[in-house]
Amino acid sequence: MDKKRGAVRVQPTPKPVAEPKGPRGAEHHHIDRKGHSDNWRRHHVDVCKSALRKLLTTPVASAMTIAVLAIALTLPGFLFSALDNMRTIATGWEGETRISLYLQPSLSDADADRFGRQLMLRDDIAAIDMISREQGLREFARISGFSDVLDTLSDNPLPAVVVLMPTATSTKDLGLLRASFEALPEVDEAVLDMEWLQRLQAIMGLASRAVYVLGVLLGLTVLLVIGNTIRVAIESRRDEIVVSKLVGATDAWVRRPFLYTGFWYGLIAALVAWVSIQAAWLMLEQPVEQLAQLYRSHYQLQGLGLMGSLWLFICSVLLGWAGAGLAVHRHLRDIEPQ
Amino acid sequence: MIQFNHVSKRYAQGHDALKDVNFTLATGEMAFLTGHSGAGKSTLLKLIMLMERPSAGQIQVGEQQLNALGRRDIPYLRRSIGVVFQNHQLLFDRSVFDNILLPLQISGFAPDDAARRVRAALDKVGLLTKEKMSPLALSSGEQQRIGIARAIVHKPKILLADEPTGNLDPQLSAEIMQLFTQFNRVGTTVLIASHDIALIRSMGRRVLTLQSGRLLSDG
Repeated sequence: MDKKRGAVRVQPTPKPVAEPKGPRGAEHHHIDRKGHSDNWRRHHVDVCKSALRKLLTTPVASAMTIAVLAIALTLPGFLFSALDNMRTIATGWEGETRISLYLQPSLSDADADRFGRQLMLRDDIAAIDMISREQGLREFARISGFSDVLDTLSDNPLPAVVVLMPTATSTKDLGLLRASFEALPEVDEAVLDMEWLQRLQAIMGLASRAVYVLGVLLGLTVLLVIGNTIRVAIESRRDEIVVSKLVGATDAWVRRPFLYTGFWYGLIAALVAWVSIQAAWLMLEQPVEQLAQLYRSHYQLQGLGLMGSLWLFICSVLLGWAGAGLAVHRHLRDIEPQ
Repeated sequence: MIQFNHVSKRYAQGHDALKDVNFTLATGEMAFLTGHSGAGKSTLLKLIMLMERPSAGQIQVGEQQLNALGRRDIPYLRRSIGVVFQNHQLLFDRSVFDNILLPLQISGFAPDDAARRVRAALDKVGLLTKEKMSPLALSSGEQQRIGIARAIVHKPKILLADEPTGNLDPQLSAEIMQLFTQFNRVGTTVLIASHDIALIRSMGRRVLTLQSGRLLSDG
C-alpha cells in the first residue's frame, strides 16, 4: 500500500465475516478462514520461538540436560559410523579375494600351462597368475632361506599353482566357485583365501547387533530424560495451564509449547552430538592414516556423512518430540481447573 | 441464555451439592446467586463452565445443550463465557497486559487487533496506565479489576463471577459491582455468586438463593 497523504482518504479494508460454523462458542469472533490459518501459523512460530527462549532463560539447567542427551546420542552415533568404516574396509578386502588351485602333482608343466590358459577364457575369473613348479620352488627357496636344503632334494615336491581372482564377491558365490574348481580333474585342492574374512564378518555382525542394542537403549534414555524434563516443566507451569484451560484453551494449545520444547532439546542435543562425533573422527584421522600406510593402503576415514548426520538429527528430534509427547499425554489431563 | 432443568449434582463422596435446580436466565439479564458457603453456588457456576458435569438434568447455555458437548467442545464453550474468580487467577510471571491478552491469544486473534482489545478492556476497568506492571505490584482491588478485564476482553455473551468482592472493602465492592452493571447494560448476561447480602440488596436485581443445594427463592 502506498503511503500517499493529503486529500486521498484511505478506506479501511472491509473485514471479511466468517460464516457461522454451527453452535460453537467462538463464532462471534469474526475471524475469517485465511486470517485464521495466518494466526495459526503465527501462533506456531511464536510458540516455537518462546520455547527456545524459555530454554535459554535457564542456561545451566538446560545445558545439563542437553549434555546428558548429547552423550547418549554421541555414543551410538560414533559406533554406527565406526561400523560403517569397518564395512567399507572389509568390502575393499573382499574385492581382493583369491582362490588358489593346487594342481595334481602328476600333471606335467605343459598340461598345467594348458589348463591355466583354458581358465583364462572363463567369464567368472578376472585375473590369473600361474606359478609353475619351478617358480614355486625358487620363490620358496628365496623366502624361506632353505635353498641349501632344497638343493639336496632330487625331486621338486611342490605342485603347480594357479592363483585366480574371481569376479564374484559374495561369500556364497565364492564358496560354490571353490567347490566347482575342486571338482575339476586337474585340481588337487582349491583353497578360498577368505576364512579370516568370514570370521571378521561374523565378528562385525555381532558388533553391529551390539551397537543396535546400545542404540535402542540410549535412544530410550533420550526419550526418558526429555520426558522427565518436560514433566518438571509442566509442573512448574501448572497455574498457566489451569488459567489457559479456564479461558478456553484446547488440549492442543496447552500441549504445543511443551512439544516445541522437546523439539528444541532434540535438535540442540543432536547438534552437540554431531560436533563431538566429528571431532572424535578428526582426532582419529592421523593415527588411522599411519596404520593404513603400514598396510600400504590410502584408507580415508569417513565421519557421519550426509546420511548419518541426517539420521542423527531426525532420530534425535523425533525422540525429543515423542518424549515430550509422552510426558504431556501422561500429565496434562491431570491438570484440570478445580 | 442459561437454563437449568432439574439439575442435580452429587459428588463422588456422596455429597449432594445441588438438588433439582430449575431456573432460566434470559439474554441480557443480570442476577445474583446467594446462599451460605457450601450451599452450592460454586458448583452451579462450575456446571455452566463444564468444570463439572451434572449427575442429572439438563443445562442449556446459549444454543448449546451441555450434555451433548464432549470433552473437545469444552474449550469453545468456555470462550463464549467470561469468568471472574474470587482469587482472580492472575499469572504473576507476566505483565498485566499479557494476562489480559491470554484469552485472545487462545482464541487466535491477530496481535494488533488483540492489543487494541486489551487496551480497550483496561480502559473500561480504569487501569490503562498499569499495563506494563506485574499484577503483584497492584492492590487486591486492582488485581480484581484486571481479572474482570481478562474476563470481558473477548466480549463474551455471558459473564460469571464467583465471589468477586470477597476480599474487598465495601467501597471497592461497590465499584466492582458498578463495572458489572455497565457490562450488563451493553447486553452481557451476568450471573454473580456472592454472600454479601447487603451489597446484593442495594443492587435491586434478581436474586437466586441456594440452601444446601436447593433453590429456595427466585426473585
